[in-house]
Amino acid sequence: MIGAGFSALLSHWRYRPLQLVTLIVGLALATGLWTGVQAINSEARSSYDRAAAVLGQDRLERLQSESGGPIEAERFVALRRAGWLVSPVVEGTIRVDGTRVRIMGIDVFTLPPEAAPLGLSGNEDTTAFLAGDGLMLAHPETAADLAGSGLNLRNTLQVTPGDLMADIATAWQLLQRTDFDYLVLAPDQPIGLQPLTEIAPDLQRIQPDPQGDIARLTGSFHLNLTAFGFLSFAVGLFIVHATIGLAFEQRRPVVRTLRALGLPRRTVIALLLVETLFLALVAGLIGVLLGYTIAALLLPNVAATLAGLYGASVPGSLTLRADWILTGVAIAFAGAILAVANGLWRMARMPLLAPAQPRAWAMASLKASRWNTLAAFALLIISLVTVWAGSGLVAGFLTLGTLLLGAALLLPPLLIALLKLGARTARSPMAEWIWADMRQQVPGLSLALMALLLALAANIGVGTMVDSFRYTFTGWLDQRLASELYVNAGNEAEAEELRSFLEGRAEAVLPIRSIELDIADQPIFVYGVVDHATYRDHWPLLRQSADVWERVAEADGALINEQLLRRDGYDLGDTIQVAPGWSETVVGVYSDYGNPTGQMIVNHDRLMEAFPDIPKLRHAVRIAPEAADSLTEALVTEFGLSSGNILNQADVKRFSLQIFDRTFLVTGALNTLTLGVAGFAILANLLTLANMRLSQMAPVWAVGTTRATLARVELLRTLALAFLTWLAAVPVGLLLAWVLLAVVNVEAFGWRLPMFVFPLDWLRLLVLALAAAAIAAAVPVWRLARTQPARFLKVFVHER
Amino acid sequence: MSVRFLAVVFSIIATGALAQGFAGLGTDAEGFSYPQAGHTLTFPQDHGPHPDFRIEWWYLTANLEGADGAEFGLQWTLFRSATRPEKAEDWSVTQSFMAHAGLTTETRHYSAERFGRGGIGQAGVTASPFSAWIDDWQMTSRASAGDDALSALNVRARGPAFSYDINLEASGPLVFHGDNGYSVKSASGQASYYYSQPFYRVTGTIVLPTGPVEVTGQAWLDREWSSQPLDENQTGWDWLSLHFDDGSKLMGFRLRSRTDDAFTSATWVRPDGTTTTYGDGSLVMIPEATARVAGRTVPVGWRLQLPQRELDITVEALNPQSWMDTLVAYWEGPVAAAGTHGGRGYLEMTGY
Repeated sequence: MIGAGFSALLSHWRYRPLQLVTLIVGLALATGLWTGVQAINSEARSSYDRAAAVLGQDRLERLQSESGGPIEAERFVALRRAGWLVSPVVEGTIRVDGTRVRIMGIDVFTLPPEAAPLGLSGNEDTTAFLAGDGLMLAHPETAADLAGSGLNLRNTLQVTPGDLMADIATAWQLLQRTDFDYLVLAPDQPIGLQPLTEIAPDLQRIQPDPQGDIARLTGSFHLNLTAFGFLSFAVGLFIVHATIGLAFEQRRPVVRTLRALGLPRRTVIALLLVETLFLALVAGLIGVLLGYTIAALLLPNVAATLAGLYGASVPGSLTLRADWILTGVAIAFAGAILAVANGLWRMARMPLLAPAQPRAWAMASLKASRWNTLAAFALLIISLVTVWAGSGLVAGFLTLGTLLLGAALLLPPLLIALLKLGARTARSPMAEWIWADMRQQVPGLSLALMALLLALAANIGVGTMVDSFRYTFTGWLDQRLASELYVNAGNEAEAEELRSFLEGRAEAVLPIRSIELDIADQPIFVYGVVDHATYRDHWPLLRQSADVWERVAEADGALINEQLLRRDGYDLGDTIQVAPGWSETVVGVYSDYGNPTGQMIVNHDRLMEAFPDIPKLRHAVRIAPEAADSLTEALVTEFGLSSGNILNQADVKRFSLQIFDRTFLVTGALNTLTLGVAGFAILANLLTLANMRLSQMAPVWAVGTTRATLARVELLRTLALAFLTWLAAVPVGLLLAWVLLAVVNVEAFGWRLPMFVFPLDWLRLLVLALAAAAIAAAVPVWRLARTQPARFLKVFVHER
Repeated sequence: MSVRFLAVVFSIIATGALAQGFAGLGTDAEGFSYPQAGHTLTFPQDHGPHPDFRIEWWYLTANLEGADGAEFGLQWTLFRSATRPEKAEDWSVTQSFMAHAGLTTETRHYSAERFGRGGIGQAGVTASPFSAWIDDWQMTSRASAGDDALSALNVRARGPAFSYDINLEASGPLVFHGDNGYSVKSASGQASYYYSQPFYRVTGTIVLPTGPVEVTGQAWLDREWSSQPLDENQTGWDWLSLHFDDGSKLMGFRLRSRTDDAFTSATWVRPDGTTTTYGDGSLVMIPEATARVAGRTVPVGWRLQLPQRELDITVEALNPQSWMDTLVAYWEGPVAAAGTHGGRGYLEMTGY
């Protein structure tokens, strides 16, 4: 009996293969988008963990010079001879064939075992690593980038992409150095040592950082991705919910028969549940495959974004990981159960011999829509409350979520109201029928239309944010990148010569001096600037006190970037302790897009007085723009500076915009996919509705309307609904953009941007939405136009 | 002293990059010098390093006693290993150093290790004035002018759980193993230069987690260097140095082979420092008692016979768990001898 019952229930899918496909594709799409995002996040996180663990930074203390300068090699030997187990590290960036790589010089003899293992494959590797021919360890991707550079590289996954791990001697040669940046302290020191505060008072003990700056900085970026993944999942669930609801409704007669034959209610429900779980498993696995593909396609761009924006290195290739594969399948199950719960609930409560009318479903939905309207208003109110009273990124996303869901739930009653208004304009019975029929179609299509609304609103919202950002960012770059050339020297001696070489050749040489400090437990970059018109004329200030630049010039005030203002609450007049015995008053706030960390600008001489050993290697050069190229030429040919050390303004701008575009490429891609999913939802709904609507079409056909006319009307109706949905999506999208710009961005990145609207993009979306609706409607309409008159007649025969 | 580190560097018993680095030295001997029979050692130069030989060590073991009669063992070793037969005065790695320190009580065994490159001052050896050091660990001459540099030493080391600081005074001359310091290590002729100072009287302080202990006792210093001392089929060795109660001393070792019988060798040292060398087969070493140490079975009780000297003794470990838990790991600890000759000494076993 159970077997027979099961095959009776399953036979539904045999008669409606399209519905089965819709269900599986819907669930697979939802799972796929979600899994894709999770896979990207998972890959990124594991590489942050690796990066945080490089040389044991997550577990080991280190010693750094308090003055900000390097540590002499002799100091290392002296500390070792005093019994302290320290190990030297030298770091630096070089450009090889246009690729920037970080060289990390280490001493394997003294490196504590807790520091990351090396990954040298054998004796010859080890000997070569230590020998003079400079074998270096690199991530396979980095090694591939540097193929042909002539560097002696060995592949290992132990090194983060973009890094080269080398012996001290090799690193020194490449970096042209003879000193260290810091010393790693072994966790187990010998007994009876003289305290470091006595033998090395100028070295500062830095505590290990278990999480790593990168993970902290990128947290908001990943939350962003997750939110979009979730949005896609929600849109996908709309399809699944609609399809499953329909399937349940259509199987009412079968269920009624089975129950009448004596199959217990519990068994029927159990069978339906088993069926759902099986479908979820299949769809989940397909979804995970899909997610893998999406992630593999998007990861290189995400990796580039993370590298550009945060300096985080994430490999561009994807590793299969149990965590996201399992969560992918699990979320498919959760989604299917969620979608089926309502149907099962109703099935469980259905009286044994309830009339098996398909219409009852639509009617019930109509009744439920009153509750939906109430829920919609409740959600919108929550949204308002969170935007007002909430703080933090999670509150921002809560605002977004409730806004979108509330708007989506409000859509069907809104459409019905609009259609009722429209019906008043009807002058002929045919027109009246069209309006009424459209209205009666709304409940059946409502889930698909909601999905479309979400997708359109997300597109408008994100599009507006990205475009506003780009517009502001481009303007800001033009202003901020005032210097024509940016020139770096390899070492202090070269820097000295460089400055005298530029003397007379350039209009001005502005030193770029900076140090990373821990202020109130977070990394803040402090820059020292000299008094020069370049800053007065070009630095974009958001807030300022009177005589702001004069005060900086007199070492009587500091500027902070917008991130410190928005995120950490510093404002004009506040005092910030830069170092022991040195506090500065905030006299100005400048916008600093694209920078994840806090930044301060102080007087140059004051900074150098406090940290005399800051490297004096970087310079900004002012020169007439037309002379910039010839000066570059002279620097390379006459002075002998490697061209990798010269950046001109245009390069920096191009590079910055490149990073910018990549950053939002991923959100753009997810948006497009979401729109596709919504289009698919409409198709699915229209297809399943088509059969049911036959009974409503038949009387109209019987009174003399041709099938072609009916098909045209059907198409028009779908387009009209899509248009109305788009109309509703525009304000929702703009609200969404506002929340993104004014709440989420401020929390995630620490900057607030003015909002600009781009109506042309909305029109483009309208065309897209109409096209999606037309394509979705095409198959049912085409079928309608070719329906055998006999089938229309059968409607009257079968009238129940 | 024995062949100890030599086989370690040739048999890859340890994992880890650095151990492999040391081990990798065995493959190519180009440019390195080899021990020659008939060569005369000269001092103080030969107390210092020999960069043109691949490997070398300064190896000290001591049997100590506290005021209450508690027994202790102490080890201090500096190994030198060369990647090129030259000495650089910078960070390019031609000479590398590895050091081990051990301290053994009846119930505990402490060990620590250090690594460093030569040429930068972190680790090195100078012949005159004599000093061998790595970090704050050191073996420094305290000898008066005119005396042999090794006749009086100060030796120090410390780890996370222990430290020691001892002074040594030699009451006899240097002794030379094999043929005047040319010590053969296999039937196929591998050899090393090998001499010892076995006559040390020790006073000093050891520091245990329970606190400092004043100690006295005897110590034995081995000096050995070579470029390729072991046959490739030799898998490990058992080495002993013994101070007998009558003032005579014995150094003996057994090199185990996967293809042939074990190769044994012994040096008998009379109280006046004169020696007799016994070639392969004279010394018989029979494992009698084993212990589970660090997951392996190690023979910590031995029977030793040297018929030519009417010697028949049993040797037992003070602490069977004297495992050197270092990157290159082995068993090394104090032992007591009983039978025809009573005394104290040190046992080292590798390759188990």
